Amino acid sequence: MSSAEQAVETDRQTMEVDIACVGFGPAMGGFLTTLTQAWSQSPGDPAFESKIAPGMPLQVLCYERADDLAASVSGVVTRAEGIRASFPGLDPNQIPMAADVKQERVFYLLDPIGASRRPLTLRAADFFLRLCGRLLVKDEAFELPWTPEFLHKRGGLVFSIGQFNQWVAAQLMANGLVQIWPSTPVSSPIFAENSDADKRAVVGIRLADQGVDKDGAPADGFMPGMDVRARLTVVGDGSVGAVGKALSHKFKQGEQRDWALGMKMVVELREDSTLEPGTVWHTFGFPEAEIFGFLYVHPDRLVSVGIFVPSWMSDPARTAYRYLQHYIQHPVLWKHLKGGTLHSWGAKSLEESGKRGEPFLAGDGFARIGEGSGSTNMLTGSGVDEAWTTGVQLGEAVLELLRGKRSFTEQNLADTYERRRRASWVERGAREAEHARDGFHTGFVRGMVGMALAGLTHGRLSLKTKIASAPKQIRPFEAQGTADQKLREAAIQKATDEGRPFHDALLTARGWPEISFDGRLLVTQQDALLMGGKVQAMSAFADHVRFLDKDLCRSCREKTCIAMCSGQAITQGADGTPAFEREKCVHCGACLWNCAHAPNGETSNIEFLAGAGGLHSAEN
Amino acid sequence: MSDSYHIVVCAGIVPDPLQTLEPTTGENGPGVKNEMLLPAVLDPWAASAFYEAPNLAAKHAGSRVWLVSLGPKAKLQQLMMTVAQKASFELVPIDGPIGGFTDAHATAAALADAIAVIPELDRSKLLLFGGWESATRGAGVTLQLVGERLGIMDQFQGVDRIDARDDGSFEVLERVEGGKHQISVCAGAPAVLGWATGNLAEPRNNPRVGMANMRTIMPALQKAKSVSLAADGLRYISVSLPSQQRTTRVVKDLTADEIARELVEWIEAE
Repeated sequence: MSSAEQAVETDRQTMEVDIACVGFGPAMGGFLTTLTQAWSQSPGDPAFESKIAPGMPLQVLCYERADDLAASVSGVVTRAEGIRASFPGLDPNQIPMAADVKQERVFYLLDPIGASRRPLTLRAADFFLRLCGRLLVKDEAFELPWTPEFLHKRGGLVFSIGQFNQWVAAQLMANGLVQIWPSTPVSSPIFAENSDADKRAVVGIRLADQGVDKDGAPADGFMPGMDVRARLTVVGDGSVGAVGKALSHKFKQGEQRDWALGMKMVVELREDSTLEPGTVWHTFGFPEAEIFGFLYVHPDRLVSVGIFVPSWMSDPARTAYRYLQHYIQHPVLWKHLKGGTLHSWGAKSLEESGKRGEPFLAGDGFARIGEGSGSTNMLTGSGVDEAWTTGVQLGEAVLELLRGKRSFTEQNLADTYERRRRASWVERGAREAEHARDGFHTGFVRGMVGMALAGLTHGRLSLKTKIASAPKQIRPFEAQGTADQKLREAAIQKATDEGRPFHDALLTARGWPEISFDGRLLVTQQDALLMGGKVQAMSAFADHVRFLDKDLCRSCREKTCIAMCSGQAITQGADGTPAFEREKCVHCGACLWNCAHAPNGETSNIEFLAGAGGLHSAEN
Repeated sequence: MSDSYHIVVCAGIVPDPLQTLEPTTGENGPGVKNEMLLPAVLDPWAASAFYEAPNLAAKHAGSRVWLVSLGPKAKLQQLMMTVAQKASFELVPIDGPIGGFTDAHATAAALADAIAVIPELDRSKLLLFGGWESATRGAGVTLQLVGERLGIMDQFQGVDRIDARDDGSFEVLERVEGGKHQISVCAGAPAVLGWATGNLAEPRNNPRVGMANMRTIMPALQKAKSVSLAADGLRYISVSLPSQQRTTRVVKDLTADEIARELVEWIEAE
């Protein structure tokens, strides 16, 4: 350790708590709600006495990196079975932007433009459907006559994650047992001295250093991140959280290969809109075959409309924002959205490996819940209720251990938390979904068939395949045909001539029409950053995106990290390396898995660290 | 004379300005659409006052800091999550209506009543801090009214700095017309200081401070006194946004000359 590092360690403060929690999302909401509800019923129960502050209640602290608890990004539809179980008699009117699911429809979208890279089978399907005319096709869309049972969200809720989190947090804080601190990123777990892949042990968390320059070096007002030592560390920092990633790396478990970027807008509809709150649309087929879409209707003429761009879309030009603009202009959507106003916009990485990406759920002194623990069900397209329920399961387990005066060892957590999870509907669903989407890695049609098989047989049948690492899922330009190469060269020229992003120019070269901006709903990506809530980057923290091997970046032709960057925070630097401006970063984490040239072919050449700031939008 | 202070910060809350804010007029008059949905933060003037208070208190042993804020209890609770790690203070919450269009006299009365009954508050040591233009739509009225109700005659508005002296007096750097500053010397507490931007950066989040603060904040919130602010005939005939339209660009590495040229062009076009 250098003398400078020694000085930092000398200044580093330490605090002890009973339970330290990382990340405040639905999973943590479920965990803390379970804990606080039990405490409210019997506050005098000795099980709730703090070990580190005798005579006081449990000291439970939760740290969230976003500037506000309402800054999460997602409009969701969920069956809400777990959520409703936690709040019997839940009235959606209590939660802003929430509504009971009233109607579900599934649309196959034809391509009204003719620019999408559709496989031959889809082109044939489009041709056949068009032959049948209005009998089957209306507004360039074919509505499935029924919604597959596995997709149904009957009895569920449509809501905004931001508003839901805010609502849950208000109740938790009012209860008084737990403290939740936004704008406080956690940089890493603190491993026990003897901890390794066989002896998994965590003794707390380290908060991010404050008062540092963008490279993390001490600057004015330097304050080393505090060590928060805890009897139990609960990790629920989502798909790209620094603590969860560090645990998976150290313990060599939890390989995440399937990802998607969810990008959406919240739109205020025209006053004459007839869309009923609680309406849910699922779409597929447009703007590319690989891109699925959704429209959820909230109260007060607000809708969440968006797309999922998956890692198995092998094309390097994953320009999610441009695709989203084409998506909302599809005739079946546009007839409702035209004349609307953009209220909010945002993006988030979704960890879609599910059961296959599951890490160790617990070790000595720690447990993992939510999306980062592999709870998302990609067959049903559901993650929020699953995440919430894993939090509830851990909450019940912790109560059992506290009441039994048992410590938070790996064995005890396995006996309580993991046992509950394995016996639950979350686990059953995860197993059914485990290989449901494998087929997409070998083709869209094969993917749809595999998904239908898994869905209709509850996972007994599926089209299994070996999943490549995320970097290897990106097909290099040089592997594409001559025609594509020519388009790429034309796009490079267009980008140079017009000073626009290369991937955007590539889509134009491929035949996608330019977006006709209206200043209300169709706006530039930078305007979306400003209109849909604004991005803030706290100056006291280090940059949270770093490029490891810059020579590798210079030699990269795909630049998918630039194409996929939701806020255009990563751009082409003058020397050929990507340049990062955190003032535009919405913390979606897409850069992490959109790197085509990882140093070892497996992990990314981009490091995504804990950082404060991000998009301020309470309607997401 | 003891050199300790009892600093009471009147802290106005507003919706996070980084959110999309949309003015509207409802049954209760003008306001911001869906304001209860939006996270609450300290208004920028109040934030300056809040940062200055613990800084001054730290230099004068035995000083104490109270934060008095009026708003819906849920919003005050939300606010605490964003400020309570930054400095040690005791919260005096007042559970009241949301919005920046309440009557300044009624707001001032509620604030003064709450301050008057703070246990252990020594009025002879009282420095009443607040935002220069907080809670009054830029009119700069509320804090003065609070001071008058508490009988404090020495009042300073648009304060950017104070320097305490050994004899208990302090020097105040105060903004005046024409972009100038005025330096005054006040004999000592009690005094009202309405802060402009001050000179301090936002304090770092300190988890230990936050944890200690919350032990008193949450009980205080649970016992927050409810007030309903009487309008006393206040009526808004019309409310409109400034006509100026925002044109935002994100541009880096512009030279000072280029920035100056753009500013001149913009001014000439106005």
